[in-house]
Amino acid sequence: MPSQREIRRRISSVRNIKQITRAMQFVAASKLKRAQDATLQSRPYSEKLDEVLADVAAVLSAEEHPLLVRREGGTRLLILFTTDRGLAGSLNTNTIRFAARQITEESGDLKVVTVGRKGSTAMRRARVPIAASFEGYGDRPTFASVLPLARLVTDDYLAGTYSSVDLVHPSFVSTLVQRPVVARLLPIEPSDTAAQGIPGHQFIFEPSAGEVLSALLPRYVATRLYQAVLEVTASEQSARMVAMKSATENAQELIDDLTLTYNKVRQSNITREMIEIATGANAAR
Amino acid sequence: MPLRLEIVTPERRVYEDDVDAVVLPGSEGELGVLPHHAPLLSTLGVGELRIRKGGQEDYFAIAGGFLQVRPDRVVVMAETADMASEIDLEAVERARREAEQALAEGFEEPADLARARAALQRALLRIRVAERRRREGPRQRG
Repeated sequence: MPSQREIRRRISSVRNIKQITRAMQFVAASKLKRAQDATLQSRPYSEKLDEVLADVAAVLSAEEHPLLVRREGGTRLLILFTTDRGLAGSLNTNTIRFAARQITEESGDLKVVTVGRKGSTAMRRARVPIAASFEGYGDRPTFASVLPLARLVTDDYLAGTYSSVDLVHPSFVSTLVQRPVVARLLPIEPSDTAAQGIPGHQFIFEPSAGEVLSALLPRYVATRLYQAVLEVTASEQSARMVAMKSATENAQELIDDLTLTYNKVRQSNITREMIEIATGANAAR
Repeated sequence: MPLRLEIVTPERRVYEDDVDAVVLPGSEGELGVLPHHAPLLSTLGVGELRIRKGGQEDYFAIAGGFLQVRPDRVVVMAETADMASEIDLEAVERARREAEQALAEGFEEPADLARARAALQRALLRIRVAERRRREGPRQRG
């Protein structure tokens, strides 16, 4: 049996941990709110962009812009989105395991661009060829902050380095569920949901359909990447919130257990002392 | 028929309302849109966006992006859009000075030069829009 003092020390250290995890839980909850807002706020722009892209695609054939052209063979690029920091439950583990499956199933050449420190560490350890690593997007990623990534990906793709580019990121299903997904980024596949009512060929294009398309596609890539980053941010905060909530509950359970042991030890000590006193008194008589 | 105007940026929806007319900086020059305009897709330049609504005028400083016009709807997808009344003149002045200084020091990369020029252009535009708004206030039309 540990001594009373030892148990007391353990209780107070568990209590400290509980305070920290509880604080982290609340911080994550408020950041989650902000991240969800940012995701919602960014949606109208990307929906409109999809629409315009479909309008333009209705007029131009797929061969008119290199970002639309399908290529055979060549290197595939995966962009793996993870968080910078841990303590987010199984979020990063799941995403990385999912990415690893994609990587092992790929028969051809493959390279990875990592976003987030956790992914870059894991990929480096697994000796997967890394083309570039990005980190430090923080809790409030801005659109401008993804532009370097977007620039790198489009430039390399246009230069013919890659035949296709895919995104792997956790998608925010609900506060409790974040599921890793893989999505095609390049070549771009315009959706069929063209402008409501007005077929694309009725539009006047200024300066020309080709130039609108050339300006549009890099924007589209950046927007997709921005949304993936926002999705990761929301997933990170909700995973952390849930993980910290259960950590807080576990700490409370531990405190209860320890308190029980403490009382037992205390009681048996008292009993022992009383027996000692009683025997001492008996012997003296 | 009202004209529905939406201004969105990658980070948020900036404006959504029915308006009477809107004047925008198209890449091919200034562009006025009234209800029943022909369907149009255009790229946007850096400039001032004016909204006329029930005798009042509102200004936005917008930079880059796209414009989609349908008979009853105008969608502006700008990279940045700032309402004149929300522009922080001090911050913009600072941005302008930084851009000017960067330009004065010169560049090795042509891309950096282009970026600094664009930053300066945006700063100047914001200053112009904000000052105009300050001078005139939300203008009342007779």
